[in-house]
Amino acid sequence: MGTRFVRTALAGLTAVALAGLVGCGGTDTGGRAGASGTGVTGTVTVFAAASLTESFTRLGKDFERAHPGATVRFNFAGSSALATQINQGAPADVFASASPATMKTVTDAGNGAGNPRTFVRNQLVIAVPKGNPKGVTGLSDLARPELKVAQCAPEVPCGAAAQKVLATAHASVTPVTLEQDVRAALSKVKLGEVDAALVYRTDAKAASADVDGVEFPESASAINDYPIIVLKSAPNSAGARAFAAAVLSEQGRSVLTAAGFQAP
Amino acid sequence: MVRTDDRDAAAPPPAGPPRRRRTQRVPVPLLLPAVAGLAFLVLPLAGLVIRAPWGALGQRLTEPGALTALRLSLQTASVATVVCLALGVPLAWLLARVEFPGRRVVRALVTVPLVLPPVVGGVALLLVFGRRGLIGAWLDTTFGITLPFTTVGVVVAEAFVAMPFLVIAVEGALRGADTRFEEAAATLGAGRWTTFTHVTLPLVAPGIAAGAVLCWARALGEFGATITFAGNYPGITQTMPLAVYQTMEGGDLSGAVVLSLILLTVSVTILAALRDKWITSG
Repeated sequence: MGTRFVRTALAGLTAVALAGLVGCGGTDTGGRAGASGTGVTGTVTVFAAASLTESFTRLGKDFERAHPGATVRFNFAGSSALATQINQGAPADVFASASPATMKTVTDAGNGAGNPRTFVRNQLVIAVPKGNPKGVTGLSDLARPELKVAQCAPEVPCGAAAQKVLATAHASVTPVTLEQDVRAALSKVKLGEVDAALVYRTDAKAASADVDGVEFPESASAINDYPIIVLKSAPNSAGARAFAAAVLSEQGRSVLTAAGFQAP
Repeated sequence: MVRTDDRDAAAPPPAGPPRRRRTQRVPVPLLLPAVAGLAFLVLPLAGLVIRAPWGALGQRLTEPGALTALRLSLQTASVATVVCLALGVPLAWLLARVEFPGRRVVRALVTVPLVLPPVVGGVALLLVFGRRGLIGAWLDTTFGITLPFTTVGVVVAEAFVAMPFLVIAVEGALRGADTRFEEAAATLGAGRWTTFTHVTLPLVAPGIAAGAVLCWARALGEFGATITFAGNYPGITQTMPLAVYQTMEGGDLSGAVVLSLILLTVSVTILAALRDKWITSG
């Protein structure tokens, strides 16, 4: 009992120390390609758009099963925030963004290794509370004055897509709040604080227990490409390449399309 | 912590020797960590100043978004402070002067928002004042009022997070104040309300002022509860901290630095000015 406790504590401390090393951008002892069969060990740190949360978590588990000795660690947030963190030197191996524009801020800063590759596409839907109590059938309904609408801030990909869609449809919507990522906008619908929110189809699908997704034809005007890239200063570049390859693989695609993404 | 003990300030300064002691040599084991501690607190602020895009500062300062957010921040923080004064001073008086069962529990509860992660505070506020909340649902169906996404919602979030600062400061002042004045007033025939307004309040005025300044500063910096409960919309709920966050999320680091500098300058200026005026510094 006593020794087990000590051993667990030591293992914990070692993990913390290792994480600290990675965090400081120092030489990552655990991240180099080891002698194991697949050549991938250590921690792979993946910065991914909030809308990828469920599907990438699933892909991460598959990846860990396929590469014993490798651990995938995720940082899910708004793509723009992730890009800022990467450009400020956050120790990440892979970056998966919800828009090419956000990806460009990372490649322009010289932080990408190679070129980004589009792995999926996403489209906007209108998320409404389960059962659609306000009878929202299309984009024009969002202009109804009695409707409270949440939108993503124009600085983040889902907000840029929403703006584009509304401009194409010549619809003028006054949202009550500009949320910082698509999940925050969705949660305002889940909480019942707003009557509708423009979110990705995949987000509405992931939250289908609480919300319904209303499709609208204008969403075709703002299809979001999701690019993925291995980062130049990746502490675990072998792991990074392997993870990116797994996302782009046939198996990866089937996980993503099951979540509602479209193949590029 | 702010000094709120009035007897200290009111007592005549002790003569000679005790004052001298402060100029004694400081032991190195104390001095080194003290300086490191100071550097740790001040360096990040210095970082903001160093990284500021000074050339474009003038132009960015006058951007309408920045000014709107600043004005909203100042207004909501001030209203929140007034709300805290109106509710917090009586609450502090109750805690300091009235013996009632469960007083310790109440005192602990009052300080909870102080240690609660602000986002949790925002969620809690939603559960009560949100459209489906305990009170919010009734407000919505009866009066058609919803607090989230309104400026009033921002004030509610700020007041919730900032009120403990005021209550703690005022309660401390009340406990430190000499109750003999109040007793004297009572024996001279003053009612309880008159005693409170004419004796107790003036006695603890510096403590109330100190608490109000802290409360205002905390409200000005409030972020988590505001964005969770009140949302984020320019001109209505987007205060300075939210504007900083959104600018940062948009990848505009230098813009975020400029906004942070403005907020920092305003808070430091007012804290410094009011501290000198209201709070006796040692």
